[in-house]
Amino acid sequence: MNPNVKFKADRMTPFQARRKWLTAFAAGAGSLALAGCDRAVENPRIDATLRSAEKLTLASQRLILQHQPLAKEYGERDLSPVFRANGSMMPQSKEYARLLQGKFVDWRLQVDGLVQRPQALSLAQLKAMKARTQITRHDCVEGWSAIGKWQGVPLSQVLDLAGLKPGARYVIFHCADDLGETGDDAGLYYESIDLLDAYHPQTILAYGMNGQDLPVAHGAPLRLRIERQLGYKQAKYVNRIEVADAYSHLNGGKGGFWEDRGYEWYAGI
Amino acid sequence: MLHLGSLTFETTGLLGASKEGGALAARGFPAWLTIPSYQDLAAGRRWHFFFAWLFAINGAVYLVAGLVSRHFRRDLLPTTTELAPGHLAHEVVTHAKLQFPKGEAARRYNVLQKLSYMGVAFVLLPLMVLTGLTMSPGMDSAFHVLLDIFGGRPSARSIHFICASLLVAFVVVHIVMVLVSGVWNNLRSMITGKYAIEVDGGAQ
Repeated sequence: MNPNVKFKADRMTPFQARRKWLTAFAAGAGSLALAGCDRAVENPRIDATLRSAEKLTLASQRLILQHQPLAKEYGERDLSPVFRANGSMMPQSKEYARLLQGKFVDWRLQVDGLVQRPQALSLAQLKAMKARTQITRHDCVEGWSAIGKWQGVPLSQVLDLAGLKPGARYVIFHCADDLGETGDDAGLYYESIDLLDAYHPQTILAYGMNGQDLPVAHGAPLRLRIERQLGYKQAKYVNRIEVADAYSHLNGGKGGFWEDRGYEWYAGI
Repeated sequence: MLHLGSLTFETTGLLGASKEGGALAARGFPAWLTIPSYQDLAAGRRWHFFFAWLFAINGAVYLVAGLVSRHFRRDLLPTTTELAPGHLAHEVVTHAKLQFPKGEAARRYNVLQKLSYMGVAFVLLPLMVLTGLTMSPGMDSAFHVLLDIFGGRPSARSIHFICASLLVAFVVVHIVMVLVSGVWNNLRSMITGKYAIEVDGGAQ
């Protein structure tokens, strides 16, 4: 209740006083309920209970998707006339500016971690590998969708080239954009997926979009396309792939930039 | 503001823009209507999906129990006489006048209740689940047919929202009817099963 509300019943008719009291009570109860809801949202035990549903979602979708079905592929006529770019539009680092100016000739994709043969692959090398082109729908967590054509190399080929070591469970994508704007590595975008999704035929490292080189706003020179999951998993400006047995050692420990900020690691829903 | 032809509706405070912590902010719904009151999509999604699971499991139990116990067939399926246009029109008029059935007729759902309950249980609630699943890229990969049924993810999202709004409207009307048709009698019958029936020409 608002303590500033004073009842001057002597100056009001009983009816007016009652109406004023009811109004104040309703406003007080309303803000109490509102504060109560926010307190419930911020309560760690309630939050942990809500998060338990994510495990159920992951387990059910893994069961349903165990045969690795393909995400729906569309035709050229379905391409979205405008494909919205979200998150970083242009990495701010001097290094990125230098690589962009040189048309990414000096750019390399590092592949390291739990691999037999660490790699440093140039864009030309990636483009020389067997490519896959797919027209798929990009689903943003915000609710909007857009259909685009992606050309790239299946991640499985790159992983096989490097050769996984025993114990490898996750593939972590390190990116060039400082979306957190911290100015150090803590704000750099990153993402992680497990090997089931990494070896899905539609999981590609895309260097082309809608028949052209990947635009800067969409992650030039290389971005991840992991169809069957939401947009924030589709890491842009990927420059290093780390194979690991866990992702908890990185930044917030939740396996990705947005995951560290409360979003689910499994983004199939 | 909403412009419909030459009409203009002021929506500030309800839709589009409302107060958030004292200052006017661009947001879909007002703070008192959302969990949490401030904008936090990640937290909102956690609440949404937790209760979506509860809703889907609860709904499945309800549908199976209603079929097995023949509750749907016995209590919800309208008879052909009830569906006759004359009877329907009569029910609409008495409903609008808030004249409620007396005697034996008060024991059963009237045809408007039957139709709206069936609409909610067999149309709106299943549509909520199915259009919700259609927004999941994972589910769409497993069942491409979802996209064919609902015309893609954006239209599934619209249908999801329309059905949710209709459910809110149903709940509001439902509660109003519970209140005006004898709230204590209704509440007591829900808990104890004892339901007082008014007979024409005097109380029972």
